[in-house]
Amino acid sequence: MKSNKARRKNYITYAIAVGAFAVTMILIFTGNASRHMQSMLVPICINIILAVSLNLVVGILGELSLGHAGFMSVGAYAGCLFSIYMEQMLPAVIRFPLAMLAGGLVAAVFGIIVGIPVLRLKGDYLAIVTLAFGEIIRSIIINLNFTGGAAGLKNTPQDATFISAFVVVLLTLIVVLNLISSKQGRAIMSLRDNAIAAESCGIHIGYYKLMAFVVAAFFAGVAGVIYGHNYSILTAGTFDYNKSIEILVIVVLGGMGSIRGSMIAAIVMTVLPEALRFLSDYRMLIYAVILIVIMLCSASQTVLKLKEQLKAVFFGQKNGKEEI
Amino acid sequence: MDFLSNLISGLSLGSIYALIALGYTMVYGIAKMLNFAHGDIIMVGAFAVIVCINTCGLPVWLAAVVSILCCIVLGVLIERIAYKPLRRSAPLTVLITAIGVSYLLQSVAQLVFGSEMHSFPKVISMPTIQIGELTIKGNALVTLVVSAVIMVVLTLFIGKTRMGKAMRAVSEDKDAAELMGINVNKTISVTFAIGSALAAVAGIFYGSTYGFIGPYTGSMPGIKAFVAAVFGGIGSIPGAMLGGLALGIIENLSKAYISTELSDAIVFGVLIIVLLFKPTGLLGKKIKEKV
Repeated sequence: MKSNKARRKNYITYAIAVGAFAVTMILIFTGNASRHMQSMLVPICINIILAVSLNLVVGILGELSLGHAGFMSVGAYAGCLFSIYMEQMLPAVIRFPLAMLAGGLVAAVFGIIVGIPVLRLKGDYLAIVTLAFGEIIRSIIINLNFTGGAAGLKNTPQDATFISAFVVVLLTLIVVLNLISSKQGRAIMSLRDNAIAAESCGIHIGYYKLMAFVVAAFFAGVAGVIYGHNYSILTAGTFDYNKSIEILVIVVLGGMGSIRGSMIAAIVMTVLPEALRFLSDYRMLIYAVILIVIMLCSASQTVLKLKEQLKAVFFGQKNGKEEI
Repeated sequence: MDFLSNLISGLSLGSIYALIALGYTMVYGIAKMLNFAHGDIIMVGAFAVIVCINTCGLPVWLAAVVSILCCIVLGVLIERIAYKPLRRSAPLTVLITAIGVSYLLQSVAQLVFGSEMHSFPKVISMPTIQIGELTIKGNALVTLVVSAVIMVVLTLFIGKTRMGKAMRAVSEDKDAAELMGINVNKTISVTFAIGSALAAVAGIFYGSTYGFIGPYTGSMPGIKAFVAAVFGGIGSIPGAMLGGLALGIIENLSKAYISTELSDAIVFGVLIIVLLFKPTGLLGKKIKEKV
């Protein structure tokens, strides 16, 4: 049974997402959104899906995965190949959801394949296996013929729109949030908090680890399909470990285990590099400095105290009431 | 004979990986963090040599010394500024900071040297040795011998000196070591200094093996050395040496006999298989969890 508090929190998250979507749509229809802004909407959705799904592994299961881009690329190639072959046979309305399903399923199968070593490994060893898996996928894709090799897979129909991407974001949120607040989600979190205690309570470690892993892989694959249908060209080089790290940065910045945090951080981290574009050559430098400073601030005692004081100023009365 | 010369160049590549992996594994052992910026120290070391020789006209040995000193200062500074304040925070926070430092080094290098590849000056003037059908490149031989000497010295340093003992103590239990009067901050700084010095040496050998250096050159050998460190059992010093050498040999032999493009995939594939059978790496200690 779901507690009422958790359910209310979930509804607030949905409301935030729908609200942000509505505001964006209003901006588009009133002509206040520039072309540049509109081109960033689908990438934002893709990053939200990626971050939310990776958060399931990193934040909820508590295992470090450096191969999320690998699942993304498997899904992207599967979905895009499906769309290319089905382009004449099916209209876009049916083809695109089917492509996403296909990409997600293929990625989930790879999630099972990678998940089996996961059952034995922990911590940094698991991280390195996921990283190795991502790199293997990348070099195999470059060496295959039907994936277009190093030149990339071209001519995928551009089916992805902001509205369809948003629908997928909402579906991802519904699945992940419901999973987290379900019995299975609590089992997964118990593995993070204390695997031995969880096992002694009869929780099957392997089964639940694999569940979190496969669900995350599925959504990473779906995000990859949207990516492919947005840019219409896929190159294996896009999905290297830097991409995995980019997603991991979003998850850590947003706060481990916080789905809402992942959403906000995904938006910030997609917009920030674009917003820094005016700095041209200094862009990456400033980005790196911001990253380090945020991390240092999140651990600094003075900043934490300041945060508490700010909270007391804004929510002081409310906190006081709750204490009574 | 062909096989033997491939094996030797594999060993030479492997000893470069081993030098980098030693830095990874020592830092991991002592600070329990994955220093993702370690790969970029290699790039800094190699660029320092380029500047010393091409711009300042220093002799090779002096250039190498300057490059090693640069990397030591850089490594210690990074630890002091970016990692030390995070010593008590979550491992992932430190990991992301290390990634930030890595981006920082890459973008600074790109601003200073541009994004194009720079040719690396010829620092090792050893002729190719020909024994019957066996060909050994002079470069490979020097890399191999110097790395072997460094590894022996490092093993002696960690096993026999007071500082080495302190390092082992800190990696075992930081708090207990502090109670025994060991200066933990100093020990961690020394570890970073040694790791960075090894990375500088690796950078020089890497540059003279491949001949070109760019701002992103460090990241791939960095990742492979990380793989090597895990392969041997992260935190274990002989493990890092063994892992690095094994990785170099596998990579070179698969390049020679299977496929150049797939060599990375084979290296990573072997790693996964090894970890399936030995989940804590080749020489990693299996720690029993006590409840």
